[in-house]
Amino acid sequence: MIADPIAQGLLRGWKAYDASTFDRDRTFDADVVIIGTGAGGGTTAEILTDAGLSVVLIEEGPLRSSRDFHMLEREAYPQLYQESAGRRTKDKGIVILQGRAVGGSTTVNWTSSFRTPPQTLDYWREHFGLADYSENALAPWFERMEHRLSVHPWDEPPNENNALLARGANKLGIPTAIIPRNVKGCYNLGYCGMGCPTNAKQSMLVTTIPAALDRGAILISRARAQHLAFAGDRADTLQCASLDASGLQPGPHTITIRARTFVIAGGAINSPALLLRSNAPDPYGTLGKRTFLHPTVISAATMPEVVAGYSGAPQSIYSDHFLHTNALDGAIGYKLEVPPLHPVLLATTTPGFGVPSAKLLARMPHLQVIIALMRDGFHPQSTGGSVGLRDDGTPLLDYPITPYVWDGARRALKSMAQIQFAAGATSVLPIHEAAQPVTSFEEAERLVDALPMEIVRASVVSAHVMGGCGLGADPRSSVIDGTGRHHHLENVYVFDGSAFPTSIGANPQLSIYGMVARNASRLAGLVGAPAKR
Amino acid sequence: MLLALGGCAAAGNHREMVRAIARVMLQGALPNDRDALDTAVRGVDVAIAGLPPAVQGEIGQLFGLLEFPLSRRLMAGIGSWQTASDADIAAFLQSWRTSNAALLRSGYAALHQLVMAGWYGNEAAWARIGYPGPPRIV
Repeated sequence: MIADPIAQGLLRGWKAYDASTFDRDRTFDADVVIIGTGAGGGTTAEILTDAGLSVVLIEEGPLRSSRDFHMLEREAYPQLYQESAGRRTKDKGIVILQGRAVGGSTTVNWTSSFRTPPQTLDYWREHFGLADYSENALAPWFERMEHRLSVHPWDEPPNENNALLARGANKLGIPTAIIPRNVKGCYNLGYCGMGCPTNAKQSMLVTTIPAALDRGAILISRARAQHLAFAGDRADTLQCASLDASGLQPGPHTITIRARTFVIAGGAINSPALLLRSNAPDPYGTLGKRTFLHPTVISAATMPEVVAGYSGAPQSIYSDHFLHTNALDGAIGYKLEVPPLHPVLLATTTPGFGVPSAKLLARMPHLQVIIALMRDGFHPQSTGGSVGLRDDGTPLLDYPITPYVWDGARRALKSMAQIQFAAGATSVLPIHEAAQPVTSFEEAERLVDALPMEIVRASVVSAHVMGGCGLGADPRSSVIDGTGRHHHLENVYVFDGSAFPTSIGANPQLSIYGMVARNASRLAGLVGAPAKR
Repeated sequence: MLLALGGCAAAGNHREMVRAIARVMLQGALPNDRDALDTAVRGVDVAIAGLPPAVQGEIGQLFGLLEFPLSRRLMAGIGSWQTASDADIAAFLQSWRTSNAALLRSGYAALHQLVMAGWYGNEAAWARIGYPGPPRIV
């Protein structure tokens, strides 16, 4: 029997409320309200409660825990992801995987934990005036969070899906390395993306959030932050709507939070959307702009042996080789990793229908899949997307894919096919509606050169949403300053992945943890001794 | 204009249409029994119910478009979902999948996503693809 730290905490009397059960409007007071409970919100909650501050956490998704995590896609996607794991950009060109539950995306991510690459930080210092975002200045904060979340290079053999990436790449002289993961006592099951059933993943759900709740923080789940109300250059209240039992529609009740300080940590897309709904000052039109995705293309190979990509730690091997073959601000670079292979994710992502689709999926145990995550945001033709609002106030990301990005997609599809053939693939299918499986690298090159690179033909996905409330010294090109504070609002901070001025060039969770740990610690000092109440 | 017409018809019962589309989209994937198709169609309903209202609205428009006789004939070349042959439906799906209009491709993509999620989330789908299902935790 796996111990469930959430169930235990609730028995200990945590102040955790499900707003869908509220029978009247409610008002709460706090030193600090934190909107969102993912990597940014969780880290902030632990640090601020440790400093003795009173904290209210607002989360749109539900509070779910290991007893609810049954390793079933049909349960996990609707319950734990934005838009049932099918969130799409405005023109439908990119499918976005983003969490929506207590713990945010950390509850469902695949545990890869990289420090921010130094060249990304160099670029930020040079282009965004972020003087104290250096490798050395941030190192102690990464170290602190790595320790807190048990981040360490995966020390078991990689599963075959990952091992084949290493074997194929190394045969071609392309270096690979082992991925650090935030796990403790991992059972090596492979179902991180459906919520860890054994609490081995050191997500916010089982680490910082329980710590904050043990110190008296209030957690309100299934509450949607609607807008901030301002008095001059300060926010004074946050208005939230309770959600109904489905967690999808606004319910009848309003929740008002009065606080001294407001920390926005809803993740990229949702954080800028809250500020847009609030009509926050935006004199230079920077809000919601420069939203990045690591646009990702996919290559599926058939292997003679069984790969069983559904089993074992989903990500344990990566290659940054193609991030370094061109200059950072040259042709777009890409990181290579593999995804877990489960039926719904695979069937919805692979092309075609009817018998050809059924034949491809029937080979599922023999499929080996590589993904290439493109590093967007470092080139004039890669300014990312822009968050806007639908008529009902919910956010919509407009991310046009430029020829610069499509060029990277073509190169990446070739690199992946080459690696897969080197690893012994009998056939390779670039994931594109017009592609057929090919049996040699030469054939793959010809195929990929001929494929029309257009939306909803080439499959483009994203699991890393970044930017939209970018950090920067100059208010004309950013939304918040280096400390995370809004340029025009004295007591409003943004502590999450929306703060990044470019993409990261690596899975972003540890970048969020480290930078937020520093900014939240600084904020704890500023907010000072808790008000007597 | 057609989308607006579609919106009006969205309230209609879409099960017959979903059944016809799923039958063809899952050809070669469904075991040979009636229950399997029922399971897939139910799965599509569940998948739709889990989407936020704005996206459900878009699906409603798409379904409306494919149910309203004039737009269905014009846009999908389908006279009636009841009498359409597998070949008719496959031709419609293929024409949207390969269309030069991104809007039609995204309509196809929405149908594909719903039907695939609706079927492959079920245990009944797994034997044919060699997926053993989630492991037991010991």
